[in-house]
Amino acid sequence: MAKRAAPEVNAGSMADIAFLLLIFFLVTTTIEKDSGINRKLPPMEESEEDVVIKQKNIFTISINSRDELLVEEERMELKDLRKAAVEFLDNNGDGSCSFCKGKKDSKSSDNPDKAIISLKNQRETSYAAYIAVQNEVVGAYNELRNRRALELGPQKGFSGMDFVKMQENYKDVRWSGNKDRLKAVIDQIKEEIPQKFSEVIE
Amino acid sequence: MSKFKKKKGGDLPPISTASLPDIVFMLLFFFMVATVMRENTLLIQNTLPVANQVEKLDKKNPISYIYMGKPSDNYKKKYGTEARVQLNDKFADVNDVGAFIEAERAALREELIPYLTVSLKVDKEAQMGIVGDVKQELRKVNALKINYTTGVGDALSNIE
Repeated sequence: MAKRAAPEVNAGSMADIAFLLLIFFLVTTTIEKDSGINRKLPPMEESEEDVVIKQKNIFTISINSRDELLVEEERMELKDLRKAAVEFLDNNGDGSCSFCKGKKDSKSSDNPDKAIISLKNQRETSYAAYIAVQNEVVGAYNELRNRRALELGPQKGFSGMDFVKMQENYKDVRWSGNKDRLKAVIDQIKEEIPQKFSEVIE
Repeated sequence: MSKFKKKKGGDLPPISTASLPDIVFMLLFFFMVATVMRENTLLIQNTLPVANQVEKLDKKNPISYIYMGKPSDNYKKKYGTEARVQLNDKFADVNDVGAFIEAERAALREELIPYLTVSLKVDKEAQMGIVGDVKQELRKVNALKINYTTGVGDALSNIE
């Protein structure tokens, strides 16, 4: 029996089919943005007793309707905000904070645990300005936490990791270290330098 | 003598398109892997601001999206130019946020409800008034975990 050659399939239209699919996916899908600043809102129930907070422990940031900043009664540019916030948090006025390197100014915050950053914005403030300020404040906290993590890490067996890296590793399923111990370090740093942050809309 | 025939004039050889399907398939697979299906059709302008102290949204936990921004050009006539809230596929009032969160919760397994994160996708030109109102509504229904979804970039570029 004669061997018959299999007929060749014409693949000329393959490109068209693939293009069609490609265009379909280009139109119906998006590249999702899945990063952001996490925040926790305060619960609704107001505590009855007023807590007295010393004025020097509050770092007031106001943003007006034209997106200008007023920090501790002085005008400030956004790029200087992070440094000012770090100085305030790191001040260590009462000397109870063992890892702070601040100026110990008696007119500024007592220790990072007592320091509160208060953000006031107006209804007309733009969201972009608000996020920029939030970002700088989180940046200030992260700067201090990173510094603390680099000090504390080597004692606990996690050398060369700053706080942001620790959190990243803790979430990463492929990371092979001891997660329970890492969690303990993260929690300790969070407790030593808590994010105390209040917001008001005027 | 005619062993060395002159080649016929300037005819270009045809370009082979045999590998075109391969190239297109490669692109296709890239887009299939790197993107996700659009969940909501946006009726509003939604250019997110940028920040650099960002954390990744945890995909293991359920996420609800609330969009805010000015109505896009097609809807300006009907809904004006003030920033509005968009829930799912339609414009909504600030008061509807509570009901929306309850509906999202009802669709979840019970043990996941406390982990529901609300992702606020707010246009950078929106004003804080509406964002504050929505946050107040979220507090009322006790949905306290929120995430200001942003792009990654230099935050100083937000304020020009």
